[in-house]
Amino acid sequence: MPAVSMTVNGKAVSGNVEERTLLVQFLREHLRLTGTHVGCDTSQCGACVIHLDGIAAKSCTLLALQCEGASITTIEGLAEPGGALHPMQEAFREHHGLQCGYCTPGMIMSALDIVRRNGNELDEHTIREQLDGNICRCTGYHNIVKAIAAGAKNMPKVAVQQAAE
Amino acid sequence: MSATGIGAAVRRKEDFRFVTGHGQYTDDVVRPGETKAVFVRSPHAHAKIKSIDVSAAKSMPGVIDVLTGGDLATDKIGNLICGWLIHSKDGSPMKMSAHPALAAGKVNCVGDAVAVVIAESTAQGKDAAEKVKVDYEVLTAVVDPAKAQAPGAPQIHADIPNNTIYQWHLGDAKATAAAFAAAKHVTKLDIVNNRLVPNAMEPRAALAEYDEGSDHLTLWNTSQNPHVARLVISAFVGMTPEHKLRVIAPDVGGGFGSKIFIYPEEVVCLWASRKVKRPVKWTSDRSEAFLTDAHGRDHVTHAELALDAEGKVLALRAKTIANLGAYMSTFSSSVPTYLYATLLSGQYNIPSIYCEVDAVYTNTAPVDAYRGAGRPEATFVVERLMEVSARQMGLEPADLRKRNFINKFPHQTPVIMAYDAGDYLASLKKAVELADVKGFGKRKREAARHGKLRGLGYSTYIEACGIAPSQAVGSLGAGVGLWESAEVRVNPTGSVEVLTGCHAHGQGHETTFAQLVSERLGIPFDNVSIVHGDTDKVQFGMGTYGSRSGAVGMSAIVKALDKIEAKAKKVAAYVLEAAEGDIEFKDGKFTVAGTDKSAAWGDVALNAYIAHKFVGADLEPGLKETSFYDPTNFTFPAGCHICEVEVDIETGKTDIVNWTAIDDFGTVINPMIVEGQVHGGIAQGVGQALLEGAVYSKEGQLVTGSMMDYTMPRAHDLPSFHVGLTETKSPSNPLGIKGCGEAGAIAAPAAVINAITDAIGSEDIAMPATANAVWAALQRAKPRQAA
Repeated sequence: MPAVSMTVNGKAVSGNVEERTLLVQFLREHLRLTGTHVGCDTSQCGACVIHLDGIAAKSCTLLALQCEGASITTIEGLAEPGGALHPMQEAFREHHGLQCGYCTPGMIMSALDIVRRNGNELDEHTIREQLDGNICRCTGYHNIVKAIAAGAKNMPKVAVQQAAE
Repeated sequence: MSATGIGAAVRRKEDFRFVTGHGQYTDDVVRPGETKAVFVRSPHAHAKIKSIDVSAAKSMPGVIDVLTGGDLATDKIGNLICGWLIHSKDGSPMKMSAHPALAAGKVNCVGDAVAVVIAESTAQGKDAAEKVKVDYEVLTAVVDPAKAQAPGAPQIHADIPNNTIYQWHLGDAKATAAAFAAAKHVTKLDIVNNRLVPNAMEPRAALAEYDEGSDHLTLWNTSQNPHVARLVISAFVGMTPEHKLRVIAPDVGGGFGSKIFIYPEEVVCLWASRKVKRPVKWTSDRSEAFLTDAHGRDHVTHAELALDAEGKVLALRAKTIANLGAYMSTFSSSVPTYLYATLLSGQYNIPSIYCEVDAVYTNTAPVDAYRGAGRPEATFVVERLMEVSARQMGLEPADLRKRNFINKFPHQTPVIMAYDAGDYLASLKKAVELADVKGFGKRKREAARHGKLRGLGYSTYIEACGIAPSQAVGSLGAGVGLWESAEVRVNPTGSVEVLTGCHAHGQGHETTFAQLVSERLGIPFDNVSIVHGDTDKVQFGMGTYGSRSGAVGMSAIVKALDKIEAKAKKVAAYVLEAAEGDIEFKDGKFTVAGTDKSAAWGDVALNAYIAHKFVGADLEPGLKETSFYDPTNFTFPAGCHICEVEVDIETGKTDIVNWTAIDDFGTVINPMIVEGQVHGGIAQGVGQALLEGAVYSKEGQLVTGSMMDYTMPRAHDLPSFHVGLTETKSPSNPLGIKGCGEAGAIAAPAAVINAITDAIGSEDIAMPATANAVWAALQRAKPRQAA
């Protein structure tokens, strides 16, 4: 089985995987980072969103081998080592932006990417449109939208990426 | 109201683990030596199994075993059951077919499990599953519930003619017929309540482990009710005696009813783990979930409303065909009967009602309760009849409703339910105000100038929740009582654990239940923890569904707290050297009446366990009390939702431009959580009305078999909601709680369809009212409004 090496949440990791092993399987099963979730098998739901070299990506649609040498951030890598939550995580709690919690890691990782691309002042319409790739069955999105707007405001100021993605 | 007491919008305790990725869902649990189960499933909707050859599969890399229905029968594992016995009009019992966990000689729907591969990895299991050779003799399938009883339709189960499970009725046929004969106006509607796939974001999973040394089985399972699963799997399926089975439902990622039922997969995992002597884990793919999770709704109904010249409703009658799928799922029989017909009075004083329901088998996935379970179907019938009647009679929809509202309580409906408290006019008035109905005409004209059709739709819904009084449901055929349990355990250090038979899969019980205990005992919110989901830890409980955890689950806690307070006072009497009758308890402190002698909660708790101060032998040490609470009635949440839509004439696309919800849930423990439940329910109701629909081809193939083809609501499909409350407390439980978990899903579909039909000036639209469907309806009808 081929070997793969990458950095996950700042730590160098490696393993032997089948060619067909998805990144999400590598994270969950090899590295025991079970915060990234699998919710569908057609790339719709977004429960598996992580950051690949600083950009949101669906880990169910990446092969582990594709990520050789990459820097991956998962939900487990957001909070401070001492336990202080990232402002976006805190915003989800403050605004009741989660109920069962299953879509939440992917929502938060996607939310960070929305801020990266659109800045800290997000309007409702933008957030709703940008969440097309994240499905929630519990909340009806009302509080997720509020949480993302609030979390964005509380994050360090970003320079908005002007280039088309 | 304290910052963490009843009525406070306390932030949730459970959130820390969920936002940091430290939730523990069933697939996250890993046991040493774990193997993976991959099911071989029928690609045919209806077929005989002529033979199964597992030899090639068995020799594939990583395969430990391959098991079939024949092996299951040899090991004498029993069938799955439906636990609610419904009788037909003629008194005969419902016709429940055999439902083995692995097909025995015949498959009856696409996805029916035929064999299971136990392998070292899921990938190896899938490779081997492809090598299992099943020789099928394909049979003609019947898929449409309206055709299942037709002469010549394929018979799915032996000895069950016309695929008919039961032919049930409720109400007074003669009085209803007489009322219709005398009516000045009769409204008739043909309604399809579209089939839905629940799609909780966490797929179902089961992890079974057999301990050979103690002959003990453990099951981690995505269950809303672990004790019920334990009872069914031990006593009915016969897997093992009840006391040798532990069921753990850890964090569960949404249920909406679909995780109530006992499914084949957990049965097979348990059986297989005992055979291969290693843990066996199965986690559903989403495509697998589409095929095998119990679907919801799927009613075909003809409904009629009889009114007098002034718009007073005289009678309602309905004939419904309910599709229960290929097998009867655990609660399936109750959903189109006692959870449906009993709500056909709506919020209205209707003198006569008669409802007939035929439940049928088809070659589709089993159908069972899904958020609202029968009440969305009832509300849709009633609220569409009312709205259409208003239009046909030239009356304002709100006025027609007001004319017929029940305003005296208790009110006995003709369909079993006796509503105990409510104020339907109050919620309607508040909703009309909040929705600015007065300004609608102006908004409609403005929209028309931009090529958009605006419409307004009401849904004044009522539901029966707080499921349920045991004697009542027992008399109606339920196999179990629907009480709830709570054990309140005070620790020597004064912290408190509450072991509840309820289960949280998003509802926030760790927070709301702690609010109740903290306020009642006057102890810090952080000193209370809530334990659920493990049959080894928690006494028997019925689980969470039917909006019951507040009304029934919290009532059990209240009763246990009453006992705690009584005993604590006895302990305090010894500590304070006073008569028990002189002890008062308030805000976490015990005082001797009329003195300044007091003891803190922590002091009394410790003394209960040290027992040094007890004189004589009449008081046992310890401070732990249990209550099993049986509610005295259902509760009746009710309210008014108003949906305002804008339909694009060119494309048929519907935008929801405003949603107003005024709900009466009685006492509210945490308004933030209650609003969240309403939001989520509305989203699912909007999904049903606009986007979702499980479609089978006539051969029984699930065409909408993934999220590519089945449209799940996304953030941009929904508006932000305007929600508010009115309150009439429930008289039937100590806290006055009615429950809120299903209301949005119950109210919403009727509000959406009433709005769209208003916008396009035609009733000829079915759910889901996709852009395509609305556009087609627009072509068939001329818009009613002037530009």
